[in-house]
Amino acid sequence: MSASNKPIVVVIGNGMVGHKFCERLMAATSSFRIIVFGEEPRPAYDRVHLSEYFNGKSAHDLSLSMAGWFDEQDVELHIGDPVREIDRTAKLVHSRKGIVQSYDMLVLATGSGAFVPDISGIEKKGVFVYRTIEDLDLIREYAKGAHNAAVMGGGLLGLEAAKALLDLGISNPYVIEFASRLMPRQIDSAGSHILETRLKKLGLQILLNKSTLAVEGGESIRTLRFADDTSLDLDMLVISAGIRPRDELARLAGLQVGTRGGILVNEKMQTSDPHIYAIGECALACGMIYGLVAPGYEMADVVVSQLTEGNKSFTGFDMSTKLKLIGVDVASFGDAFVSEPDSRTIVFEDRHKGIYKRINITSDGTRLLGGILIGDAAAYNILLQTVNNRLPLPPDPEDLVLGSRGGAAAGAGVMDLPDEALICSCESVTKAAICTAVMEKGVESVEGMKKCTKAGTGCGGCVPLVKDLIAGTLKANGRYVRNVICEHFDQSRQELLDLIKLHDVRTYDEALGRWGKGDGCEVCKPAVASILASCWNDNIQKQPVIQDSNDRFLANIQKGGTYSVVPRIPGGEITPEKLIVLGKVAKKYNLYTKITGGQRIDLFGAHVGDLPDIWEELIDAGFESGHAYGKALRTVKSCVGSTWCRFGLHDSVSFAIEVEERYRGIRAPHKIKGGVSGCIRECAEAQSKDFGIIATEKGWNLYVCGNGGSKPQHAQLLATDIDSATVIRYLDRFLMFYIQTADPLTRTATWLNKMDGGMSYLKNVVVEDSLGMATQWEAEMQTLVNSYKCEWKEVVEDPALRQRFVHFVNAPRKKDPSVSFDNMRGQIKAKEW
Amino acid sequence: METNTTSYNNPGAIAGSTPNGSAPKWRFACQVEDIPSDGGACVSLNEEQIAIFNFSRRGQWYATENRCPHKQQMALSRGMTGSLGEQCEPKVACPFHKKTFSLVTGECLTGEDYKIRTYPVKIKDGKIYIGM
Ligand SMILES: Cc1cc2nc3c(=O)[nH]c(=O)nc-3n(C[C@H](O)[C@H](O)[C@H](O)COP(=O)(O)OP(=O)(O)OC[C@H]3O[C@@H](n4cnc5c(N)ncnc54)[C@H](O)[C@@H]3O)c2cc1C
Ligand code: SF4
Ligand code: SF4
Ligand code: FES
Repeated sequence: MSASNKPIVVVIGNGMVGHKFCERLMAATSSFRIIVFGEEPRPAYDRVHLSEYFNGKSAHDLSLSMAGWFDEQDVELHIGDPVREIDRTAKLVHSRKGIVQSYDMLVLATGSGAFVPDISGIEKKGVFVYRTIEDLDLIREYAKGAHNAAVMGGGLLGLEAAKALLDLGISNPYVIEFASRLMPRQIDSAGSHILETRLKKLGLQILLNKSTLAVEGGESIRTLRFADDTSLDLDMLVISAGIRPRDELARLAGLQVGTRGGILVNEKMQTSDPHIYAIGECALACGMIYGLVAPGYEMADVVVSQLTEGNKSFTGFDMSTKLKLIGVDVASFGDAFVSEPDSRTIVFEDRHKGIYKRINITSDGTRLLGGILIGDAAAYNILLQTVNNRLPLPPDPEDLVLGSRGGAAAGAGVMDLPDEALICSCESVTKAAICTAVMEKGVESVEGMKKCTKAGTGCGGCVPLVKDLIAGTLKANGRYVRNVICEHFDQSRQELLDLIKLHDVRTYDEALGRWGKGDGCEVCKPAVASILASCWNDNIQKQPVIQDSNDRFLANIQKGGTYSVVPRIPGGEITPEKLIVLGKVAKKYNLYTKITGGQRIDLFGAHVGDLPDIWEELIDAGFESGHAYGKALRTVKSCVGSTWCRFGLHDSVSFAIEVEERYRGIRAPHKIKGGVSGCIRECAEAQSKDFGIIATEKGWNLYVCGNGGSKPQHAQLLATDIDSATVIRYLDRFLMFYIQTADPLTRTATWLNKMDGGMSYLKNVVVEDSLGMATQWEAEMQTLVNSYKCEWKEVVEDPALRQRFVHFVNAPRKKDPSVSFDNMRGQIKAKEW
Repeated sequence: METNTTSYNNPGAIAGSTPNGSAPKWRFACQVEDIPSDGGACVSLNEEQIAIFNFSRRGQWYATENRCPHKQQMALSRGMTGSLGEQCEPKVACPFHKKTFSLVTGECLTGEDYKIRTYPVKIKDGKIYIGM
């Protein structure tokens, strides 16, 4: 079907749910043309994690789609152009910028806006809502001059906003709540009490039972007046008093709406006009507005199913939640409030530690109905499963909140869940689906499971359960093999990498705090440092103490305690001018020079304090770090190729330079070497490298997983006669696969030797894309490539970083007196040890 | 401002530094901020090279000689710190061959017969003093 006569689906609103709908519809079928109108000035972003905008995440980080996604998918997106009218008779929408677009099917995903109560003075300067990136920009700007600031509303979103006030450095932050407790929809008074105590410790002041009468002041807010005749002086107010569905467009078009707002839909998410659907926070489904993202995704799925002749329907959604509010775990699940005589309630409270747990069980003590967890919600997932699957309780149900006192864990384990237990509610994945993926498709990691079943790709809340299920299934089948990193982490490198990516962890301390124990060691610190570098490509100098000594000083430590300096010489090609610079620098700092096996020049014997000066001179002359100190790409060796050699088929030097410059600086489990030869004579010894590229009549042959070193191994053929662009694509995939799955300090050859299925499996993954990861890996690699910076340049230009390169911190100019050299063939040499 | 003194007198340190049992003499080494947190750096005191470690995860300070007894390299201050076992014995790993040493007793923890000297540390008003 050509684009012109495909039926047209118009989506109004490019928020979280509208975007998910486009993704799911594109994945399900290509028989529609999708046209999206969004009011906000940017494509959809992750509103759930909006607050992280104040913690260093950029709008770009929060974006839900990669640049170019809409073009690639052929989805037409009009941003900053809201629809202002729907003409249902002619089946047209009119946008503000004047676009008139016809539709066959229309999907309203207009979300909701902050509910702003009708209080006098509410329009004053300094009063904000908390919903979009633009709102946050305004708040950040205004907060610079504010000392006293409050959030109106102590619900889930209000407390998020309060955290933002803390992050913005407000000196007197308040939370004002109308009800007699915090989070009135999720938790009870006793729970609120514990939560208040913990929040107060963090500097938040909490005012309950406060009904606001007026916002007073001149042009800007100065005071808030309450019904009980008290008042509060404020510079700034953020309103978070609930949400109001954006149903104005639907009203205007004469669609049915609820008495308290929301676009009325049936179980197929159809509005009163069968050609128009409504999903997400604007929809009134099963008599309520669902203010969470998971039910919105479910609604999107329902509409996709309707459009593709499925018969999925929406029958309500579990609103159990678990969140970390300002560092405090808060969870509420099942029927959180039911009390005697309909049930028995068991409460555990530790005021000292700030922990509150309540569970409600049936009067006969056999089933769990729901509960509340504050301060420690580790048991949330399994308790929720116990409710949803009506699992039997242990003989002493209080064990569920007290934890088992000695012996095995109380209550049901993951493996006791019934097959149909819903593990991932965002993507509707059952326990059976997960176990089957492990048994029949050989999935052994969370990342693999995401690919295979999509479990864990939504809110991510089920990931711990998914992990336990994978481990449990493997164990039950006697396939329990795990290479834990060291005594401090119970994970393999791959598992830790998955976790770090998933939870967006940026520092070693955070990783150790979340998943480790003890104080770390020389094994896990550099392993985590390498993972962090592979994931985020931040300058490793930001966390110097977890780097191996070589990475800490960006140079290789040598016998005698001096360092070596190895600038990058891509492909081994160097101009006479640069050679002269190397000679001059070596002479000036009295360095030993040697040509390395990787076609570059190594300068040995540098004092730690001289390193920044040496590099400054080299960088001025156009050199950059060679990463000889890092577990990273070393060199791509090349033969001279067709430019000079009479046998040469292609320009091997140019290609080697291109490849070396592409992957320079990228951190990996171990060092990586490459080679490019201009013909089958193989002068560059490419088949002894982690990747080797050899020219053929028709293109290039690509070899991978070769190794020199103590156990030499030839690289094996991955693909034949491919063009340069394909070489790069395959290399991207191959390297990302290696970086994400190899154990620490494992070269590609060993990694392949341990791989189930060996080379044919690797070929399937890289060439045939059997895991469906190719696009993601290529994109991830491109991100790493784009974020490359020369680490030495950053050090040289930063006086604070430079300062670290001293031997004695109390005598920065003094060199290590224990360093001394012998002479050999007219150069220095390290003293024997 | 009130003065703020904390001493880190681990038993091994006193024994190691004052074999005759006399009280250590405190020498000013450097400022607190000269030592990276959860890492080490070297100072020159009395013509000796002393490695100082800021074990900030546990709020502890340690000092040892900078020389690794394995190949006599002045390198321990550049080593990585960490802990061993359930007891969380604080340790440092030499960057050369990764032999590890207890920061409390100076004992080699990787099964060899080496020992390094350790020293008591005192922090006062943001300044670090080593007992020698
Ligand atoms: C600070 C904050 C924290 C949150 N935390 C959580 C959480 O922890 N867990 C959770 O499950 N949920 C959370 N939520 C709620 C979650 O973000 C929403 O449930 C989700 O975004 C709803 O998606 P949506 O697409 O329905 O609405 P939205 O994401 O609001 O998208 C609607 C879009 O439609 C646009 N629009 C409106 N009218 C028009 C028009 N006429 N033409 C074109 N475009 C239009 C809007 O500008 C908007 O961009 C949080 C929300 C906020 C604000
Ligand atoms: S590999 Fe071929 S092209 Fe390259 S130098 Fe050797 S003979 Fe020449
Ligand atoms: S082969 Fe051995 S001695 Fe030679 S450079 Fe490598 S590690 Fe050092
Ligand atoms: S010199 Fe210290 S371990 Fe080798």
